[in-house]
Amino acid sequence: MKVESAYKGKTEQEWGSVEPLSARQATDFERIVSSPQYKEMLRRKKRFIVPMTIFFLAFYFMLPIMTSYSTVLNTPVYGDITWAWVFATAQFIVTWVLCVMYVKKSNAFDKDADEVIKLIERDGGSA
Amino acid sequence: MNTTVVVLFLAIVIATLFITYYAAKRTQTTGDFYTAGGGLTGWQNGLAIAGDYLSAASFLGIAGAIALFGFDGFFYSIGFLIAYLVVMFLVAEPLRNLGKYTLADMINARFDAKKVRGMAAFSTITIVIFYMIAQLVGAGALIQLLFGIKYWIAVLIVGVMMTVYVLFGGMTATSWVQIVKAVLLMLGTVIIAFLVFAKFDFNLVKMFAEVKTATVHGADYLKPGLKYKVPLDTLSLMLALVLGTAGLPHILMRFFTVKDAKTARSSVVIATWIVGIFYILTMFLGFGAAAFVGYDAITTANAAGNMAAPLLAGVLGGDILMSFVSAVAFATILAVVAGLVLTGASAFAHDIYGQIIKKGKASDREQMLAARYASLFVSVFSILLALFAQTMNVAFLVSLAFCIAASANLPVILYTIYWKKFNTNGALIGMAAGLFSALILVVLSPNVFAPEPGQAIFVGTALFPLTNPAIISVPLGFLGGYLGTILSKEKADYRKYAEVSVRANTGYRE
Repeated sequence: MKVESAYKGKTEQEWGSVEPLSARQATDFERIVSSPQYKEMLRRKKRFIVPMTIFFLAFYFMLPIMTSYSTVLNTPVYGDITWAWVFATAQFIVTWVLCVMYVKKSNAFDKDADEVIKLIERDGGSA
Repeated sequence: MNTTVVVLFLAIVIATLFITYYAAKRTQTTGDFYTAGGGLTGWQNGLAIAGDYLSAASFLGIAGAIALFGFDGFFYSIGFLIAYLVVMFLVAEPLRNLGKYTLADMINARFDAKKVRGMAAFSTITIVIFYMIAQLVGAGALIQLLFGIKYWIAVLIVGVMMTVYVLFGGMTATSWVQIVKAVLLMLGTVIIAFLVFAKFDFNLVKMFAEVKTATVHGADYLKPGLKYKVPLDTLSLMLALVLGTAGLPHILMRFFTVKDAKTARSSVVIATWIVGIFYILTMFLGFGAAAFVGYDAITTANAAGNMAAPLLAGVLGGDILMSFVSAVAFATILAVVAGLVLTGASAFAHDIYGQIIKKGKASDREQMLAARYASLFVSVFSILLALFAQTMNVAFLVSLAFCIAASANLPVILYTIYWKKFNTNGALIGMAAGLFSALILVVLSPNVFAPEPGQAIFVGTALFPLTNPAIISVPLGFLGGYLGTILSKEKADYRKYAEVSVRANTGYRE
């Protein structure tokens, strides 16, 4: 039943009519998921994405929390520019910095993903 | 109406019709219609995403809010921008790897269940309709003001234009109208911001010092708390803004117009830069309007402050700049509503007709026909609603759309990609909990019930105190998905999850 679901949407022509469908096996995704390459890729991704997401969400909510429950941010920094405006602008800078960091990290993730795809293609039908 | 406005207005109409004409020739298959054949580049899609985002509500609304309320107006800009990090880090690439045309496709990559697809389509349609009414009513009021024509004629003009783009040019026309408008809007914004900054001698300190005395609020203008006085309401709104984008169907649909996850990524990056620069500039627009147009002139033209940017353009650059900005605002409205029509139509024609009724067996010709009928239906339906909603205060509908997207769509998107045990029942209950709690709480909120006549739809006391329900409905969406999963007897299909996880993370396709 599970094998069938992998063939969903494929016509017989696409899979070739030489072999009967049952002779070919679908990619064993569970095996791929438990492979060291895949686990390493997910670990690296998580190590970047999870802390960074927590960081930017916390940094973001700090602003409305501080403006709503305290008046600390009304202290001037320079002239009439207060910390509220500095903090607000810092949100933009954080966004851009994280954006650049993500792009750099992603290039490494892409290489990891290519490794996994190679693994699937090597073991693909015979797993 | 002066001649410059008319000329620029016609120029935009003609240019967009040309785009539609060329796009129509390239729209042969259903894939072309929904996703421009997946052939947009990162730059093109990035501009189009920015275009989808910089709606009239952003351009006119935020500039106006900053002009009238100072710091508090800036909250919207920040929420909208940080939202891109959520899209970039968690949603864009897996979505591209799993989906085909719609959000429901992506969820169905894991659960092949009609109920789940139906629910996702329903949530998409609800969001699209709310967002659309807000845009059309705003558009009608704005064009009425800009060109001195009647409200219903204004709504009809916008309605007919959007229908033409989508019906004939599909996603290709919609995207290119969006791209052209994004470029024009950035150009206009940069010019105005530059002129404003020049008036303050390119000196930030001087700018702050002058706006401090320029408005009726005095020094309070530069402090938070002028507009948002209820702390929980502020937090709730901020929550809806930051999480909503990653669940808005018309934004998500844009990721299917590129060929792979890498291009999806580069398009979010480009959109983040453009949108970020734009929102920083809204500060200059708002300050400029506060200082050079003045509180009274802004509120006389439009009580919500929507005319702040065009009026400022008039003060700084005379009739020509004001006409240019007005024409760009018109193009902005057209492009955004076209994107919404297409998204609504995809939920009706692809999800409900193609996948649920026809079980995925409709021929390409039938699907295309269904897509066009659905576009026509969504257009006519929303034009009618907009005509009836003229006198209602619909400004809250945009934040409601964000709230539903954050409560109903985002939890299920995240669970589908990242949670191994998630099952069909959880998906269904999660979406229903988020969607209906948001809707019910809004019906009971001060948006609908106000003590004085004219402030809201009904006179009465609101049972729910917050204007934005996100702080309750987003946790309910997540909780619904969680409880629905662990309390059902249905076993999660780990094999299917393994497949979804590998495909989402690597982009692997046979």
